[in-house]
Amino acid sequence: MGLHVDIKKTMQNFSLQVSFDMGCETLSILGASGSGKSMTLKCIAGIETPDEGRIVLDDTILFDSKQKINLLPQQRNIGYLFQNYALFPNMTVEENIAIGLKASKQEKRTLVEEKIKSFYLEGLEKKKPSQLSGGQQQRVAIARMIASNPKIIMLDEPFSALDSYLRWEMEQEILDIIETYKKPTLFVSHNRDEVYRISDLIGVIDQGRLSFVSEKKDIFENPKTFIGAVLTGCKNFTRIKKVNEYKVYAFDWQINLITKEPVSNDIQYVGIRAHHIQVIDSNEESDNTMLCTVKKIIDNTFTTIILVEGLRNSQKNGVDKQHNYGEIRLEMPKNEWEKVKGNQVKLRFIPEALLLLE
Amino acid sequence: MNISPLIISFKVACTATILTIILGIPFAWKVANMKKGKGLIDGIATMPMVLPPTIVGFFLLLLIGKNSPFGKFLLQFDITLTFTWIAAVLASVVVSFPLMYRTARGAFEAVDTNLIYAGQTLGMSNFTIFRKVVLPNTMSSILAGVVLTFARALGEFGATIMVAGNIPGRTQTISVAIYSAVQGGQREQSYAWVAVIMLISFGSIISMNWFSNREKGNSKGVV
Repeated sequence: MGLHVDIKKTMQNFSLQVSFDMGCETLSILGASGSGKSMTLKCIAGIETPDEGRIVLDDTILFDSKQKINLLPQQRNIGYLFQNYALFPNMTVEENIAIGLKASKQEKRTLVEEKIKSFYLEGLEKKKPSQLSGGQQQRVAIARMIASNPKIIMLDEPFSALDSYLRWEMEQEILDIIETYKKPTLFVSHNRDEVYRISDLIGVIDQGRLSFVSEKKDIFENPKTFIGAVLTGCKNFTRIKKVNEYKVYAFDWQINLITKEPVSNDIQYVGIRAHHIQVIDSNEESDNTMLCTVKKIIDNTFTTIILVEGLRNSQKNGVDKQHNYGEIRLEMPKNEWEKVKGNQVKLRFIPEALLLLE
Repeated sequence: MNISPLIISFKVACTATILTIILGIPFAWKVANMKKGKGLIDGIATMPMVLPPTIVGFFLLLLIGKNSPFGKFLLQFDITLTFTWIAAVLASVVVSFPLMYRTARGAFEAVDTNLIYAGQTLGMSNFTIFRKVVLPNTMSSILAGVVLTFARALGEFGATIMVAGNIPGRTQTISVAIYSAVQGGQREQSYAWVAVIMLISFGSIISMNWFSNREKGNSKGVV
């Protein structure tokens, strides 16, 4: 049971190379726009054809380049929710839902009525998509998809056309639907928060390569790669050189960093999330600390974002000079910033918060 | 005044329009979905629009004339196509085909591909998608194309006179009648036919604009 994908496809800017297995859970693919997310879904749905590889859903081979199998999208039984919902503008809500049904007229009517009810579309049966709000359009699109009874659901950036309030509401509805219909769900997005809330398993795609699939806790708390850290929202990175097993030199921050985990030879970067950086009130030099000047303070909704740069005093020809280097972004609750604010701050990167990245 | 040119013109233009719709729309759909060779096919299909109508007539004569293989084949059944109203229909079809084809193709290509993909993932056959999704959503453009086709077929002169001639009461359409009238110095008659043609053409353009405006109104607010 489940979906097995292992495909390759040459595209204009990069080659798509994706392989993963999923069972009856929700798998999210996180990636920037143009990273190959939608193309992956289109290959699975049969809208696009991979150059080579194999796609198997449950026991049906959907695509196999060696056996020359390539089922039509119509034969694949896959539910696809398009970014713009792709509702048929010439049909009413009822007609849109009924179109994918293979049943007698009588059965169709009951099924459509049932879907209208369970997706809170009562009263809108005779309306055209253009007369509906964004949220209602999405509900119709989901109802239409579920009505065709697919084996797997694929959601392509489903919230990108909605404003932030509606986004939240529809996200909850989609979670309910996933729960109710217990279908394997493949969710594609560039929004790390959505991905984190919706799914248990997360894969990261970059330049057409799906790098890994893991539990969401893992990827957010312990991303293994640079791109994984970027996509999960890490803002601060430095190139490093390994000094010893628990110590690296950070080029961009010009300090030594003590790590909690042993540093393997593949590690090239160290990252730290903006809210994990501490500001300390002390003048002594020690490991994992860095003196910085404040460059910019941004007042965010509930937090303060502070952009700082490393500061070093040097003497050249008897004149004091100041060097700035390595911009760092920190984020902290407003009241905490009030306590420590100043033109210069001393940062501490606690070893537990450092992300060791390949 | 003898109104037979009006009747012949309408008979020819209506038949030609129907034929052009039947041929042009499926052809446009095929070409719109082609992945390779689109430019070549498009070039050939558009040729009659830019060629002088006399050349179209010349090719048609080569194709259906008494000495052509097809003409000889038809002769066995005592059928001659040249200098009949059917030849006039053929001339109009060839000349107006690119108008129908290009308008329809443009409309088909403007359809959101996600609609077609959505139809496919919902299990609709490609023909059903064409009939229930593509056609209804491009109807206004297609109607505009039909009007253009009709206007062109009605005004066709060059190819028509070459393959159908100028036989009063049989193949003399309005445009050909104007030519004859002017040649014969019958100014009043030519004025009358010119007025008729201008009225019909103006009406066509107005109705075409109305169709395309309706399309804009329809698509308002559709995501």
